[in-house]
This record gives sequence, C-alpha cells and structure tokens, in this order.
Amino acid sequence: MPGADAATVEQAYRESSGRAVATLVRLFGDIDLAEEAVQEAFVVATERWPATGVPPNPGGWIVTTARNKAVDRLRRESSRFGREAQATLMNADAEPPEEVGPVPDDRLRLIFTCCHPALAAEAQLALTLRLIAGLQTAEIARAFLVPEATVAQRLVRAKRKIRAAGIPYRVPRDEELPGRLPFALAVVYLIFNEGYTASAGDNLVRSGLCAEAIRLARLLAALMPDEPEVRGLLALLLLTDARRPARTGPGGSLVLLADQGRGRWDRALVAEGQQLVRACLRLGRPGPYQLQAAISAVHSDAPAAADTDWGQILALYDQLIAVMPTPVVALNRCVAVAEVHGPARALELTGGLDLDGYHLYHSTRADLLRRLGRRDDARAAYDAAIARATNGAEASFLRRQRDRL
Amino acid sequence: MRQYLLAVHMVEGEPTPPEEQIQQAYKAVDAFNAEVQAAGNWVFAGGLYPPSTATVVRSQGGQVVTTDGPFAETKEQLGGFWVIAAPDLDAALAWAAKGSEACGQPVEVRPFQETGDE
Repeated sequence: MPGADAATVEQAYRESSGRAVATLVRLFGDIDLAEEAVQEAFVVATERWPATGVPPNPGGWIVTTARNKAVDRLRRESSRFGREAQATLMNADAEPPEEVGPVPDDRLRLIFTCCHPALAAEAQLALTLRLIAGLQTAEIARAFLVPEATVAQRLVRAKRKIRAAGIPYRVPRDEELPGRLPFALAVVYLIFNEGYTASAGDNLVRSGLCAEAIRLARLLAALMPDEPEVRGLLALLLLTDARRPARTGPGGSLVLLADQGRGRWDRALVAEGQQLVRACLRLGRPGPYQLQAAISAVHSDAPAAADTDWGQILALYDQLIAVMPTPVVALNRCVAVAEVHGPARALELTGGLDLDGYHLYHSTRADLLRRLGRRDDARAAYDAAIARATNGAEASFLRRQRDRL
Repeated sequence: MRQYLLAVHMVEGEPTPPEEQIQQAYKAVDAFNAEVQAAGNWVFAGGLYPPSTATVVRSQGGQVVTTDGPFAETKEQLGGFWVIAAPDLDAALAWAAKGSEACGQPVEVRPFQETGDE
C-alpha cells in the first residue's frame, strides 16, 4: 500500500511512540537515548513511508529501527561513555531481535517511573504526556497554557532526577502497589480534568487532553485488569466524557447537568462506563474512583434530571466520604443532601467546610440560598464564586446565574 | 549499588522534647543502625552538634576568611545523617522512612554522584 501521507505517519507515531520509547528504556536504561532514537526512527519513517507505504507492523518497525539507531549511537559514543555504554551495548545485542510484539509491561513500568511520588506533580504530568502519550513539548505547553520553555525545563529536570537519583524502571511490587497506584491514577485523572475544565482560558474543554487521559486509562485497565480502581477510573472518565456534547451551549457556554439535553449524551460511552462500574463493584473492593463512577452512573441512568435517584446517590456519597474524607467530597455530598433532605439542611452542612478559595463552594452555597429565597445572600455568594473562578466560561455562567436572581 | 545521603533536618528553636522521648529516639536509632548494618546497606552515619558550633571557612587566592557559622541562615539545619548503599531510589526511600520513624524527624534523600556522571 504505497503512498502513506503525513497524517498516516503522524497517526502511527501517536499509536506506537509510547510503546517504542518504553521498550527502548528497558533495553538501554536511558530515557533521553530512548526518546532520541525513537524520534530518529520516525524521521526515517517520514522519509521512507510515503514511497514504500506503511509496513505491516509499523510499531515493530519503529522499535527495530530505533533500537538500531540507539546501538549505532552508543557505538559512536562508547569511547566517551566508557565501560557503562559497552555494557549497555552488550545487553542490547543480547536481546533477541524480534522483541517487537506487544510488550505492554514496558509501558506499565514507564508509567510508574513517570508517576513516581519523588517527582513533582507537574513533572509527573508532563513526563506521562511526553513519554507515554507521545505528545510533543509544544503540545503539552499549549494544553497547560504554560510557556514551552517551562515544560522543557520540567522534563529535563525530571529526567535528570530519574537518572541521578536512581528512580527505578519497574512495576511496584504487590506490597508497594497500594501506595503507588494512586499516583498513576491521579495523573491520568488530572490530565482528564485539565482537558474537561481548563483551569484558565475561555474554552471550557480542551478535548485532546480528555482523549489522551481516556487512552491512558484504557491502557492501564488493559495492563492491570485485576485492579478495580483502575477500571473505576476508566468508567468515571467515560461517563463524564459522555456528557461533553451536552455540556456546552451556543458560544461554548456552560450547561449544568440538570439542564443538559440528555439526548446529546454519547450513549455508547454511557453504556461502556456503566458496564465497567457494575463489573468492578462486583469485586467488592470499592475505592474513590469506583464510587465516583457509580455516582456518575446513577445520573446517567435517569432519562431526565427529575428522574434522578438522589437517595442512591446520597448513599454512594456516604460511602465515598468514608474512604475519601475531603472537603470537596463533603461539598458534593451537600448537593445530594439538598435533593433528599432539602436545601436548608444542605446549607447548614456547607457551613463547616473550609473551602473559601474554591469557586464551586460559593456557587453551591449561592444555589442553596437562592432556593431558600435568600436573594441578597445568594447574590453575595455568586459574587464570591465569580471572583474565584479562573475559567472564562465558568465565570460567565456564574454571572448569568447571579443576574437571573 | 548506588549511595544515598539520608539527611536529618532539625528545626532550630523548637522546644526540646522530654528526656524520656529523647532516650527513646536514641534507642530507636540504634536499632535502625543495627538493621541497616545487618542488611549490608550501611556505609557511614553520624549525629552532629548543633549549628551554633559550626565554623565557615572561605579560601580564595590564598586568603582564608574564618567566620562563626552556620553557613545558611535558616531555621532548618542538618542534625545528622546516614550514608547508605541501595540498589535504587525506592530502596533508599524505604530506609529513609524507617530512619525518619526512628529519629522522629523528616529525612531528605540525596543521591551521591557516581563516577562517570556528568
């Protein structure tokens, strides 16, 4: 099939660079070398594939080509790197040449390296997007609205720390996993949330990040099928993403869950998410992601907002707050309390929460005050929410709510 | 095996804990030291006198200037340290957690440069 165009090569890059980098990190034990070799292999692909067509196993071709590039480079530079490079070369040469099939463990190892708690959270994010998702530094910078130089510096520092401090490249042992898995899940969830409600700017959604997060969650779920929290996270992301088409109105304005046209929800994503929730809850090891997914699934069950089973949602929040006793969970629970026991009881509960800096705390209180007929207090609460909102679409939504009082 | 510095940081001006608690920490640290030695990860360790006993020496072009220390004017000062050998950072962090538990202070983990590093 000759005539591969630039888009096809680009797609092949997206699909196989994470795996290729991970395999090369395993072979050579050096992230920079792995990345550069994979980049070089794609340069060769861009030159060759338009004429020859994409090979039958593009991922395998990339790994083999990159491995040869890395070996070449180590040979060239072995005098500079000395014995260590020689040893690495021997290891690489000892590998059978056909290690090109799916080697998912390599990516799993690399995810745990990228999401190591010894790295700063923003470095974990940048590394995961760069090494696992195959995003370019400039793309990461655009996604997080930070200068490209900042992202580049974070990546350089993180990679230097991995090498200098000896952050291992392996899947944590069973007894370590409960302490380490939450970091990997949190990175994926952060990437999704940054895509779903951008923390700055006027566009509510940067959908590319959502897609990457779902891809990462699918990868983790495929690699760790026995971890219910991994499946819970995937379900949560799918159920949330299913609402994306209904979540913005004309001009990118925000539409609340209760007001969304539910016919615009992505039914396939809802069905997949609900099935995942049921399957993982059956394992009887509920955790924060599974419970949040279950809450989302109950919302998805209701044909209209008025049909929502708030009793079940409140029961799930009671479970969630037992495993995740954070003020934000308590705030969200208040929303369910308002539906089951009335806004007065809910408002009382919000009083004890230390969330003054959080815009949704004030907007939740504003809504409860509005329902209690306390218009002046509601207006003041909306003002507080607007002052703290960093996303333009959210802020203009809050202004509309305030002006409707 | 790599080598790591496990540095114990003390906050100056914090109230001295009761004598009993200090004795308990000494005992716990002795037990921790014995464990590191038995595991074959021990390189070196020591506790330091307080920063008020420190002296800073600067020598430039043969000019030696000696001043009353410590070097850094911060409240957090090095109180003692271990140097351990460990296969990777995770192993070093696991030792640091035990050490921190024993001495009751936060422990900073720093890798030593290896020959051949840039």
